[in-house]
Amino acid sequence: MKAYTTKEKIQHFLISNAVPIIFLVMSAIAIPLSGFSATYLVQEMLIRLARNSFLVLSLIIPIVAGMGLNFGMVLGAMAGQIGLILVSDWAVVGMRGLLLAALIATPISVGLGYICGAVLNRAKGREMVTSYILGFFVNGIYQLTVLYAFGKLIPIANTELVLSRGYGIRNAINLAGMRHGLDYLIPLKIGNLNVPLGTYLTIALFCLFIVWFRRTKLGQDMRAIGQDMGVAGAAGIPVEKTRIIAIIISTVLACYGQIIFLQNIGTMNTYNSHDQAGMFAIAALLIGGATVSKATIPNVFVGVILFHLMFVVSPMAGKQLMGQAQIGEYFRVFVSYGIIAISLALHAWKRQKDRERARRSLRGEA
Amino acid sequence: MNEKLKAFIEEAGWPRVIIGLFLLSLFVAAPFVRVRVDASISDTLVRFGMNGILVLAMVPMIQSGCGLNFGLPLGIIAGLLGAVTSIQLNLTGVLGFGAALGIAIPLAVVFGIAYGLLLNRVKGDEMMIATYVGFSSVAFMCMMWLMLPYTSPNMIWGYGGSGLRTTISVEGYWLHILSDFLSIQIGPYLYIPTGMFLFFGLMCFLMWAFLHTKTGTAMTAVGSNPEFARASGIDVNRMRVISVVLSTVLAAIGIIVYQQSFGFIQLYMGPFYMAFPAVAAILLGGASVHKASMLNVVIGTLLFQGILTMTPSVINSLLQTDMSEVIRIVVSNGMILYALTRKVQVKR
Repeated sequence: MKAYTTKEKIQHFLISNAVPIIFLVMSAIAIPLSGFSATYLVQEMLIRLARNSFLVLSLIIPIVAGMGLNFGMVLGAMAGQIGLILVSDWAVVGMRGLLLAALIATPISVGLGYICGAVLNRAKGREMVTSYILGFFVNGIYQLTVLYAFGKLIPIANTELVLSRGYGIRNAINLAGMRHGLDYLIPLKIGNLNVPLGTYLTIALFCLFIVWFRRTKLGQDMRAIGQDMGVAGAAGIPVEKTRIIAIIISTVLACYGQIIFLQNIGTMNTYNSHDQAGMFAIAALLIGGATVSKATIPNVFVGVILFHLMFVVSPMAGKQLMGQAQIGEYFRVFVSYGIIAISLALHAWKRQKDRERARRSLRGEA
Repeated sequence: MNEKLKAFIEEAGWPRVIIGLFLLSLFVAAPFVRVRVDASISDTLVRFGMNGILVLAMVPMIQSGCGLNFGLPLGIIAGLLGAVTSIQLNLTGVLGFGAALGIAIPLAVVFGIAYGLLLNRVKGDEMMIATYVGFSSVAFMCMMWLMLPYTSPNMIWGYGGSGLRTTISVEGYWLHILSDFLSIQIGPYLYIPTGMFLFFGLMCFLMWAFLHTKTGTAMTAVGSNPEFARASGIDVNRMRVISVVLSTVLAAIGIIVYQQSFGFIQLYMGPFYMAFPAVAAILLGGASVHKASMLNVVIGTLLFQGILTMTPSVINSLLQTDMSEVIRIVVSNGMILYALTRKVQVKR
């Protein structure tokens, strides 16, 4: 084992953390430009950390199982929204409402997760694009359900939820009764800052779950499958079944994540909320330094903070810099998509290089 | 008879048969719910002509093994730049249309080369990366549309005096320049945009002819078996770049043809999801992730656009609700999903 010099260590650190570092530099430039106060930004980050972390965490397990970024997490988000719609119709409020919503949404998301896993087993090697399209497909079915079945086949009593034509759910649902139900379950105030302690505790609990889960038999099986599906299969691990379980876990967690997300925001965009959930979560995870094949818990938190820092700051920075807030607005859309494109491309490129190197080493010195 | 039917269904695939029957039933049902069949056919034909070339743009990349070109928006952007610049130069009629093409094509070639070089580095993951290349280029251009120094009063926002509008009319420039060429009007409702069909036919023919040249054959060989192609001395990467450039150029041409019929240039988030209908259409036409023909393009576009035209009118009159959007989402993504999951099965 060769000892590394300090310079090499620094180099290695810089290369392996290139994406977060670039973002850090960008935020460092944009924050003074935007003119936001530190208190405002800290409060904003505290809220957004609570709001988004759970959704981002739900992506980890499929990555461990070698299935890439689970773009199918929107399936879970949709299940969560169906739960919330029903609960707001029954006018159950506060923490009880949230628990009930989660209870209703769990079987739906297990079912959807099973379907997603089964579909992905038929598309090995192209899980990401398939789960992405599956998200769109199920979105169609979700719209069919919410727009036509709700109020017709599934009775909705509360007229405030229903479109004026008598069935179908309205575009925006006010979750005022459940707003911050989990966030401020245990009230805590430090100075002027509101700390959403309840949500933080849930997230911490869940991080422990992931750490524990990785050590279980199932978690180890998943890692083995993530390394090499063929070898894992030969070693007697039920590959397809384990992959389905990984996706089911991810979907169910995404469902809870979406419920947490929406209780923080307080209003639900019936037909858009879930779409954004997937994209923002994936962008945040990648910005935190995760790749398609490797993601850790610190990646999640670093990613959420950096992504949302930029998210908050860029419209104002754009306004100061270009005189148009709209440019900053488009800039952050560009960055979210661009960062996914670059991370995916870098990962695929690296994999291709590895494969070539492996082939060359077999061929021997030419 | 039963055997034949079975073989046919096997050949065409269940989704195609179901959607074909669905479309047929829509046309049969149309007169009963007081939807004019001739007007519907006319609409279908116009949309077929509008979208045909965008669907055709899928063919080269599928043939060369680069998969479905979800990065179509990149080519569309080249087309938009051409169209906007042509209006800025105040060129009208055939000259304006020609200028739009003349500006868009070289741009598309440049974009295509860069895009192709990128895709060569990510073999096996093309589709996902292509999707995001498309998305991020659209988002990048959103900023550009605001900042590029276009000044034509027909295009920029009225109040700010800078930045392009979200939709720009091509009326007075080159509206229907292709569609109205030799167009046929039968009765008050049936309109056939002959010129657009001729242009689409020409493009299909050129594509078909290209695939039968030496380069085209080499490209197909790369798609069918890259190792074999490499062993026979074909430069795999070069063939792939050529296919990507072709696809991008066709997308640029396609969007300009689309605009001259539609009447508007849609900027900003307009091109964002434009790849998906095109992908769905070619798959509906019987193409797989690895193989596509001109016939797939024509059948697929007709079926897909037929569904898009017929569902709003017929289903709406039937059920008194607008389900067309949902049906569009389910059909197009279901089709893509079917193609993505089917291929592996065949291979094994």
